[in-house]
Amino acid sequence: MPNRNLGIAAIVVVLALALLPLAGSRYSVDLATQVLIYCLFALSLNVLIGYTGNISFGHAAYFAIGGYACAVLLTTYHWPLVLALPAAVVISGLAAAVIGYFCVRLTQIYFAMLTLAFAMLVWGIAFKWKDVTGGDDGFTGVLVPALLEGHVNYYYFTLAMVALGVGLLWMICHSAFGLTLVAIRENAVRAGFIGVDTSKMRWASFTVAGTFAGLAGALFGMYNRGMYIENAFWTESAQVMIMVLLGGIYSFVGPLIGAAVLYLLQVVTNQYTPYWPTVLGLILLVVVLVLPDGLVGLAKRVGGKGSRA
Amino acid sequence: MTLTVFLTNTFYALALAMNMFVIASGLNLIFGVLRVINFAHGMFYMFGAYIIFTVTKTWGAPFWIGVLASGAGLAVIALVIERFLLRRLYDKEHLMQLLFTFAIVLLMSDAAKMIWGTDQYSVGYPPALKGAVRLGPTIVPQYLVFLCIVGPLLAIAMWLAVDRTRWGRIVRAATQDREMLSALGVNVPAVYAMVFTIGSALAGIGGALAAPRIALAPGMDATIINECFIIVIIGGLGNMWGSFLGALAFGFVVQFGTIFVPNWQDVLPYLLMLAVLLIRPWGLLGRPELSR
Repeated sequence: MPNRNLGIAAIVVVLALALLPLAGSRYSVDLATQVLIYCLFALSLNVLIGYTGNISFGHAAYFAIGGYACAVLLTTYHWPLVLALPAAVVISGLAAAVIGYFCVRLTQIYFAMLTLAFAMLVWGIAFKWKDVTGGDDGFTGVLVPALLEGHVNYYYFTLAMVALGVGLLWMICHSAFGLTLVAIRENAVRAGFIGVDTSKMRWASFTVAGTFAGLAGALFGMYNRGMYIENAFWTESAQVMIMVLLGGIYSFVGPLIGAAVLYLLQVVTNQYTPYWPTVLGLILLVVVLVLPDGLVGLAKRVGGKGSRA
Repeated sequence: MTLTVFLTNTFYALALAMNMFVIASGLNLIFGVLRVINFAHGMFYMFGAYIIFTVTKTWGAPFWIGVLASGAGLAVIALVIERFLLRRLYDKEHLMQLLFTFAIVLLMSDAAKMIWGTDQYSVGYPPALKGAVRLGPTIVPQYLVFLCIVGPLLAIAMWLAVDRTRWGRIVRAATQDREMLSALGVNVPAVYAMVFTIGSALAGIGGALAAPRIALAPGMDATIINECFIIVIIGGLGNMWGSFLGALAFGFVVQFGTIFVPNWQDVLPYLLMLAVLLIRPWGLLGRPELSR
C-alpha cells in the first residue's frame, strides 16, 4: 500500500524534523525554518501547476499578501496571533479568489500573463502604499508574540503550521476535487463534456493555492520580522516555480523536495560565490532540457518501473 | 494645465511610446511566430544599452555605429541561443519554454555583472541630434523628435515586410500551421531562427536608442520586460499594430500619470492592462485564442 508507506514516511520525517533542535545548531534550525516555509509555498503552487495544469506566474503575490497582512495586523493593529494569522490566511485566500475569478476566464499563456499582471499590481501597491506597507523600505519590526520569539519555539510553530498545511493539501489533492483537477489538466474539453464546470474548479484550485501561499507568507514575515516588496516581485514567482519544477510537478512530494534542494543549494552556493543566478540558470537549463519531470521523475526512472505512484 | 505644458508632455509621451514600441515589437514578433514568451527580452534590451555604452564611450566609436553594434551583437547572441538550445523546446509545453527563457535571464544577468560590473553608466545624445527644436510653443530635444520618427517608420517597415513580401507570407504561414508549411518544403526552423534573431536585435536596438534617455544599471531589464508585456498584451499578443497602440497607451498613461497622480504612475500601466484584459481579454486588436 503506497499510501500507508507514505503516511509512515511522513511521520518519520516530521519526527526527525522535530528532533532537529536537539542536535542542530541555531544556524541549522533557522535554515530548516526557512526551508519549511518554502516547501509549503512551493506545494501550494503545485496545486495549480501540477494538479490543474495552469501556469501561474504571479504566485508570489499571495505569499506577499499573507505576509504583509499578518505583519500589519500584528504590528500596526496589535492583534493577537491567534486572530492575525487566520485573518492573514483568509485575506490572501480572498485576494486569490477575487483575482482568480478574472484569471480563470483565460487559459494557457493568457492565463499566465494575467496572473503576472495581477501580481505586478500587488507589487506596485506594496511599493506605493507607503503608509501601510512601508514602501520600498519594507515593513520592518514585526511584533511577534513573546512565546514565539525564540528561534527554537518559532521553528516548532513553523513545523506545526507547515505540517498542518501539507496535510490539508494532501487531503485536498487526493479528494474527488483533486482528481477532478487532474482530469482538467489532462483534458479540459473532455472534463467539460462529462459535466465538470472547469472554470469553477480552476477558480477553486486558484483560491486553494493562494490561501496556502498566504500561510507560507505569514510564516515568512514573522520569521523574517519583516516583509519587503521583493517578496512580491515576479522573480520571486519564478523562483518558486523553479522549485516546483525541479522537484517534479507530477508528484505530491516533488515540490517539497524541489524547494528544500533549491533553497539549501542557494545557501551553500552563496557561501562560495556571488554567482548564484548562474548556478540557478544552469540548474534550470538542465531541468528544462533533460529533466522535465524533475528530481522525483529522475528517481523513478533510476529506481525502475516498480514504484509508479 | 496650459497648452504648452500639455504639448510638451504629449511630445514626451510620444517619444517614450515610440522607444518602447521598438523594443516591444520584437517581443511581439517572437511571440506571434514562435509562441514563446521571451522573458529574456528585457535582458537583451539591457545588453543593447550596455553594448552601445562600451562601443561609444570605451572605444570612442560614433553613436550610430554603437546602435548597429547593439543590434548585431544581440542578433548573434539570439542566433546562438536559438540554434543550440531554444530549438529543442518548440514541441515542449509553454512552461518549459518560459522557464528556459528565465534561465537565459539568470545567466545573462551574471554575465552582465562580470563584464560591466554594477556601476551606473550614461550615454550621451549623438552629436548630430544634440540640439533642441521649437515645436509650436514648446522647445524639445532633437533626439526625442528622432525617436518619434523612428517608431512609425519601423512599424511601416515591419508591416511591409510581413504583409507585402514573400518572406512575410512564409512567416505568417508559420504562425498558422507549422507542419503544413514544412510539408510544402519551407525550412521552418530557419524561419523561426530568423524571427527570433530579428526580434532580439530589435530589443538590442531599442536598448541602444533608449541609452541616452536613461541611466544604465543592473535591474533595468526587470522593469522593461514587464512594461513590454503590458504593451504587447494591451495591443493583443502577436499583433504588430496592437503593440503600436499599446505603446502609445503606455507612453501617455505613464507621462500624464506622473502629472495627475504622482507616485502612482508606475501602477497605472498595470491597471490599464487589467482594464483591457477584463473587457477584451485578447487585447485591443488581438483575436480570441483557439481552443485546442
